[in-house]
Amino acid sequence: MTTHDIATSRDGADDTAGTATRSPWHYGVLFVALAGVLLVAPQFLYPVFLMKVLCFGLFAAALNLLLGYGGLLSFGHAAYFGFASYVSAHAAKVWGLTPELAILSGTGAAVVLGAIFGALAIRRQGIYFAMITLALSQLVFFVSLQSPFTGGEDGIQSVPRGQLFGILPLADDRTLYYVVATIFLLGFLLIFRIIHSPFGQVLRAIRDNEPRAISLGYRTTQYKLAVFVLSAGIAGLAGSMKAIVFQLASLTDVHWTMSGEVVLMTLVGGMGTIFGPLIGAAVVVSMQNYLATFGAWVPIIQGVVFVICVMLFREGIIGVLSRWVKRPL
Amino acid sequence: MFELLGVSPQVLFGQLLLGLINGSFYAVLSLGLAIIFGLLNIINFAHGAQYMMGAFVAWMLLQYAGIGYWWALLIAPVLVGVTGIVIERLFLSRLQNVDHLYGLLLTFGLALIIQGVFRNQYGVSGLPYGIPPELAGGRNLGFMFLPNYRAWVVLAALVACIATWLVIERTRLGAYLRAATENAPLVGAFGINVPLLVTVTYGFGVALAAFAGVLAAPIYAVNPNMGADLIIVVFAVVVIGGMGSILGSIITGFSLGLIEGLTKVFYPEASSTVIFVIMILVLLVKPAGLFGRAA
Repeated sequence: MTTHDIATSRDGADDTAGTATRSPWHYGVLFVALAGVLLVAPQFLYPVFLMKVLCFGLFAAALNLLLGYGGLLSFGHAAYFGFASYVSAHAAKVWGLTPELAILSGTGAAVVLGAIFGALAIRRQGIYFAMITLALSQLVFFVSLQSPFTGGEDGIQSVPRGQLFGILPLADDRTLYYVVATIFLLGFLLIFRIIHSPFGQVLRAIRDNEPRAISLGYRTTQYKLAVFVLSAGIAGLAGSMKAIVFQLASLTDVHWTMSGEVVLMTLVGGMGTIFGPLIGAAVVVSMQNYLATFGAWVPIIQGVVFVICVMLFREGIIGVLSRWVKRPL
Repeated sequence: MFELLGVSPQVLFGQLLLGLINGSFYAVLSLGLAIIFGLLNIINFAHGAQYMMGAFVAWMLLQYAGIGYWWALLIAPVLVGVTGIVIERLFLSRLQNVDHLYGLLLTFGLALIIQGVFRNQYGVSGLPYGIPPELAGGRNLGFMFLPNYRAWVVLAALVACIATWLVIERTRLGAYLRAATENAPLVGAFGINVPLLVTVTYGFGVALAAFAGVLAAPIYAVNPNMGADLIIVVFAVVVIGGMGSILGSIITGFSLGLIEGLTKVFYPEASSTVIFVIMILVLLVKPAGLFGRAA
């Protein structure tokens, strides 16, 4: 059993393979619209909430690159997100690095971790792949729990936001928001570019039919490892930003529930769609914010959403929209 | 008394016994996972939650109905197994024709719901469940003190594992099961009701998890989160052993428990991670798992 049938099972909500050559222009319009929305959003919504959505949106987009386009379900992506947030927080607080360098260190750490774990996990396929990634992330969780570097249960608190490039202070939420929005947009464009590159095409070929891709002469393990490392790195970028935004790196971000949440975001928004992860992140984060009064019920509601999505709504929000407008989104 | 590397034999054997107990749970849980995986091709993420349900049902039977441990050992797996059958009929049977990863996502969602409901109802502090009077106390073996209940847990887990193995390898039903694992449509063509077989198998796997939960109730506090972290370790156990062989998962489960116990004695800091590290080593040396068939 291989992972390739995830695409064929996604009835209808398929990717750009068939239509990319015909009309990719609408992506330009949508990205400009997205930039416009990001520009004016803080007029209407609380910037910290928006930054949370953007961090998780990028995180989910990274997972989606692996799951939706590579057909590989990682159930341990919190490891890269959380580990990067620890490194970034440590770099900013203890080493006194400027925020952009702190974020880069976190991202770099996630890339290294992703390369090691990815090389291990791609040795098995399908369900085993998911279990291995989950077990490896649990290893990171226990190491984070025990090692003095992470501050154990307390985490790394009161991380300074610092000054961007040493000149622009980020203490103001709105200033930081525009920095986060820029990084988010760049990350999102990078993912878009990867998906629509020849590399991305090969990736989809592997997802849909790995033996065939091998027979065509592609070294599929190298492609799988590459997309795993890219995905882990971008997840790390998101985690590093989150540490700077919330001035905190904690065990929550490396716990398996976080891995589950990001899968949920991708599923709700639509696997294998460009904009799905962002929408999914917005939905899940808003749900957590507005349902916070229900306290302990939130995980139950998330579980119910999981079940509903899997049973009735496998295309996700953007997947359904994409079918309506007959364009890949 | 002799000492081994500065460790007294009481400590050493005590931890080995604890390891053997953990190993019993690993073995029973990974056995259930393997049986379910064999026929349904899904990884039952709710397995940990169902293990927890077993412990809770035992506690509830005692609390609300005054039914003691021995009956609970029989009733709780049946009740939890029935909920498994309902889950299979309502959800899993409808996911047969889509990617098997959706089964993982579905059971993950169910695990969140089940754990959340019990957490809301009973809190996270854990509820006490007494050791049955017949098994209270223990005996002195000379080199260590062996609590009766712990010996019973290891014995009961072994018996459950061997009985399951016998059913699968030596009975007609087991033969159907093995055949359907290999090629379900062909078995269906011989007039065997495969959907029913699938339902029963899932129910049985879930009942095994609940059985482990009842065994665990007097040892660990009955707690909504008791299965959540355990199941991830069991996943690692399953990756190490490979799910191709029933006997393989039993052996792997017990031996990893022992290794974990030994680690607690000699290098306690690593005791929570040793199984994951072994998983990494196995992936490097024998990617298909110790007893697995190459994909």
